[in-house]
Amino acid sequence: MEILVCVKKVPDPAENEIVVSRDGSDIERDDLVYSVNEWDNYAVEEAIQLVEEHGGSVTVVSVGDEESDEIIRRELAMGADAGNLLDDEAFHYSDGRGVAAILAHAARRGSYDLILTGAQAEDAAAQVGGMLAAMLDVPYASLVVRVRVMDGKKLKIAREIDGGNLEINEIDLPCALSIQTGINEPRYVGIRGIRKTASVQVPVLGAAQLGVDPATVGEAGAKVRKLDYFVPEMGEGAEILQGSREEMADQLIARLKGRGVIQ
Amino acid sequence: MVHQVFIYVAHRDGQAADSALELLSAARILSPDGPVTAIVTGWGEVLDRVCQEMASRCPEVWKLAHQDLAYPNAEAVRKCLVEVLPSEAVLLLAHDTLGMDLGPGLSVKLNSSFVSDVVAMTAPRDGALTLVREEYGGQVSTHVSCDISGGAVLSIRSGAFPALEDGAPGEVQDRSSEIGDLACGRRFLEIVEAEAGDVDITKEEILVSAGRGIEDEDNIEIAEELAKALGGVVSCSRPIVDAKWLEKARQVGTSGKTVKPKIYLALGISGSFQHLGGLKGNPFIVAVNKNSKAPIFQVADVGVVDDLLEFVPLLTERINSQR
Repeated sequence: MEILVCVKKVPDPAENEIVVSRDGSDIERDDLVYSVNEWDNYAVEEAIQLVEEHGGSVTVVSVGDEESDEIIRRELAMGADAGNLLDDEAFHYSDGRGVAAILAHAARRGSYDLILTGAQAEDAAAQVGGMLAAMLDVPYASLVVRVRVMDGKKLKIAREIDGGNLEINEIDLPCALSIQTGINEPRYVGIRGIRKTASVQVPVLGAAQLGVDPATVGEAGAKVRKLDYFVPEMGEGAEILQGSREEMADQLIARLKGRGVIQ
Repeated sequence: MVHQVFIYVAHRDGQAADSALELLSAARILSPDGPVTAIVTGWGEVLDRVCQEMASRCPEVWKLAHQDLAYPNAEAVRKCLVEVLPSEAVLLLAHDTLGMDLGPGLSVKLNSSFVSDVVAMTAPRDGALTLVREEYGGQVSTHVSCDISGGAVLSIRSGAFPALEDGAPGEVQDRSSEIGDLACGRRFLEIVEAEAGDVDITKEEILVSAGRGIEDEDNIEIAEELAKALGGVVSCSRPIVDAKWLEKARQVGTSGKTVKPKIYLALGISGSFQHLGGLKGNPFIVAVNKNSKAPIFQVADVGVVDDLLEFVPLLTERINSQR
């Protein structure tokens, strides 16, 4: 099974406080720690497991800046067979539609049975997978938490819906799936693995190589644009306890006693 | 130019989802005086019931009946909507597990703009709409401008707009004859209900909930010790279940359980809307998080900005020593 996985470099939410920059045009990006978008990492693991069981290969692509080759190398260290960075000045400030169009061109360069994306990204809108599938005219399912290969022509998949219930579907290959977290346990990539792929040159494909019309992507093609970043006023917010750790604990105990939790 | 505004009505067991009336009030921002059309897809008697329900609140309801729509398979629904929607339509749908499945691909097939998970918007001006979305789990928001001159598909966050209460009644139009072939490469088989766990967190009054900030499986014990001291039980947010540190039945959130405790202690939980969506009944919320910008502090009653791995054991010890 030939599998394409679309990944993205994002600021790691576990490692960063996200703060609006002074002029509100962006978030404060100095000192941010970046990583592979969490959902995408599950998608890569799923692809690797499918190939381990059924044969084939895993190709990873990312629409990103020149520093995104680092996450491609990480996925190669994890076990992906090949990776491409899709970068061109014309791609910058693409909206979701633009990103999906770039990925669709990358997908058409190969003959993929299965295309995986993360269900969403930290800094985006849970849209690229469904758009990509529609552009390629292949069936799509989102929020997938289980994939079983039926007979080489179709998959049996489970989507996670409200309340943690599972919606079981049959889907014809080739198809595109967006992967929900928790579908598997992504393997650990150790420092040795990272070192092994550290010198790999990740091929960069631009608009010309991909056959993308620059007018349809990037800022030029965007119908949806971010205007600014801000932190909304959300009423009063919590009463933030002050003082030493012991003092805060005692204040909290007093509040809980007031609620009858502690007698 | 005036766009025709539609809402797509999700429904279950013959009842429209709560989101339907919220979509109607969002639609009114787009079309203050113009008509809004509710689209209901489905099959059989349950479909008729939902159409009648919507017709009591909405001036125009399009009924789209087809056997392949008996279960809302997004691939079939999309095919149906592409056939019946006029060009340049603006369609609102709920940002739920169906909307996420349906919206992005639909916008491509309609060749219209798409914005997901909208929490606020202002009336369109010069063919563009300004909307508000959140990023990074609600840590920051963005204003987004969307060109709707060629139509748009907008998915709306649950609870972000009030339910419309004064909608005028209208008529149901059966447009089913416009539906063509809905055969598609994805077929719905069945729903498998989530497994019950050893503890039913939906019935507990005191929940001590662990999130990503707990950092390690061994640290779950810290939450358990506090729960024991308070006479409650441990629940959690999604990352804890993804990491397999606790079972799925312990998860609070839209993709987990909906709980209604009296007291909710959120330990290392940032407070994404998916998590808060599972927290009902206006509990007294205590948040412990070392990130002072975590959205949980916006909704909590009491907040402690500290490392929970240090603070919580101390808290537990002091509670226990007072008995």
